[in-house]
Amino acid sequence: MTTRPGARVLVIAAVAIACALPFLLSNFRLFQFTQVYIYAVALLGLNMLTGYNGQISLGHGAFYALGAYAAAIMMDQWHVPYGWTIPAAGGICLVAGFLFGLPALRLEGLYLALATFSLALATPQILKYFEHWTGGSQGIVLTKPAAPLGLPLNPDQWLYFLALAVLLAAFWLAANLLRGRVGRAIVALRDNHIAARAMGVNGALYKSLTFGVSAAYTGVAGALSAVAIAYVAPDSFNVFLSITLLIGIVVGGLGSISGALYGALFIQFVPNWAQDISKAAPWAIFGVFLILFMYFMPYGIAGAVRRVAARRARSQRAGEAGDAAASVRTTT
Amino acid sequence: MDTFIQQVVSGLATGSIYAALALALVMIYEATEVVNFAQGEMAMFATYVCWALLSAGLPYWGAFGATLALALAGGLLIERVVIQPVENAPVLTIVIVTIGLLVIFNSLAGWIFSYVQKPFPSPFPKEPVRFGDIVIGAHDLGQIGVTLVVLACIFAFFRFTPLGLAMRAAAQNPVSSRLVGIRVGWMLALGWGLAAMFGAVAGMMIAPIVFLDPNMMGGILIYAFAAATLGGFRSPVGAVVGGLIVGVVENLVGTYVRFIGTELKLTVALALIIVVLLVKPSGLFGRAEVRRV
Repeated sequence: MTTRPGARVLVIAAVAIACALPFLLSNFRLFQFTQVYIYAVALLGLNMLTGYNGQISLGHGAFYALGAYAAAIMMDQWHVPYGWTIPAAGGICLVAGFLFGLPALRLEGLYLALATFSLALATPQILKYFEHWTGGSQGIVLTKPAAPLGLPLNPDQWLYFLALAVLLAAFWLAANLLRGRVGRAIVALRDNHIAARAMGVNGALYKSLTFGVSAAYTGVAGALSAVAIAYVAPDSFNVFLSITLLIGIVVGGLGSISGALYGALFIQFVPNWAQDISKAAPWAIFGVFLILFMYFMPYGIAGAVRRVAARRARSQRAGEAGDAAASVRTTT
Repeated sequence: MDTFIQQVVSGLATGSIYAALALALVMIYEATEVVNFAQGEMAMFATYVCWALLSAGLPYWGAFGATLALALAGGLLIERVVIQPVENAPVLTIVIVTIGLLVIFNSLAGWIFSYVQKPFPSPFPKEPVRFGDIVIGAHDLGQIGVTLVVLACIFAFFRFTPLGLAMRAAAQNPVSSRLVGIRVGWMLALGWGLAAMFGAVAGMMIAPIVFLDPNMMGGILIYAFAAATLGGFRSPVGAVVGGLIVGVVENLVGTYVRFIGTELKLTVALALIIVVLLVKPSGLFGRAEVRRV
């Protein structure tokens, strides 16, 4: 992901800690971390679209729902093994996102926000309407998969590793996609649409492709969540899910890859703590954080981390320069 | 035929609610180029305030008036405190801030007034009004009447008062307005205040029908979006016409198109928004945006 050796050590250490967690935490806590990884995949997708490409989506909960239901219906009606449903859900969402992205090309800024917000509001109703497939408001109950190949893991531990593996793959793919030529085109379209087109970037293609890839990420996350929770119901995919995802990328950091993880930790654990105060408290806190982050930390936690790291690097360099100057002075 | 007329009239009644909320959206868009995603939740919160005043023993129209005054003050305050710092920020920032407001109002209402549904009184008589064979609810008629009165007030305000003229000037040309001594910032805040007031009217009129609940405005907001989009986001007249059309279409489609019924009502609004944005993004009454590059 990065070329700096320090950062690589950090990533390896983080993965090592993540691999140790299943053997240290209770199943309940572990499940929460599984959920964090699932959210992080979805946030990566949304951030690609909103943070990097500048297309506002307030309706990514709809793609999360599409992924979850695609996986659940495949498992429930056609008995597809769960492992296959995850990439299949990603593929379905890729196509759906690409198609939604085509009309979205003509909608800029506010209007796209409006259309996607309406999509988020309408999602539970649409899910309930296709009762034959989706089981209506009852939802679909699935069974939790056991660890394959006789691995000595309980289902929660296995799901944790599955989510971790998907997350790492998602990070790797996203980093490679965004670092190269395609990534530069995506960012250029956000910063100056006309200039980017003048440089030969195919605006329509890249924008709808970004929409598709972003939806695919979110759909994979949705499918994973269906497998992990072993239950899908329409009312859990309401407009507040879409807003939760938005909060995740704002707090984590718009236009940053590592931000997805910070954001996911935030949206998973902060409501848990706040719930003790009042049933309404998590959302009150979410709302206040949204506004405060926009005022004071528009690049989220990842932006703050980056700033601190840059400042430390600079002071280190200044320190070395100072030492060198001092040694020069003493020798003369 | 009677069912048809009845459906049209009740469509006009719900449409007048959408019109009031759409008017609020247009008000803010015209003044500050912001779509206020919290408009519905602000209206819901104002309705709760009215409910609290009624519970405290105020007569209906007293509580109604007091709520409007409080909504005006609340809207002003929100603009000054929350929106003003991000006034010139990119669209994404402003959208996120208004989403933050939405979430805050929704949870505050739940926190203070609980999530239990509450009945809300209607100021109009219970007996329906009969015209020959057609029966129309008194509340429906009253609702249309109230919206029309509000509309007339706005029109008069913008057309005949110096303050209305100053607001129009501030929206159209902020720099020149400032040069002739108009306090542009306060005009924008006043726009938010008035919008909060129209929203409160919509909330208090719809609450007797849908019951008072922190999530009651979700579906109505999407229709108000559809109405504002259809009418063109810059035209108050368009917002009202759009609202009425959307209300009637919603009712007729729900009655006569079997496979849609009441279950896909929100999807109809979604489809309407997307179609209008694709076919005629400036809406029926808007003017096409010309942008300099």
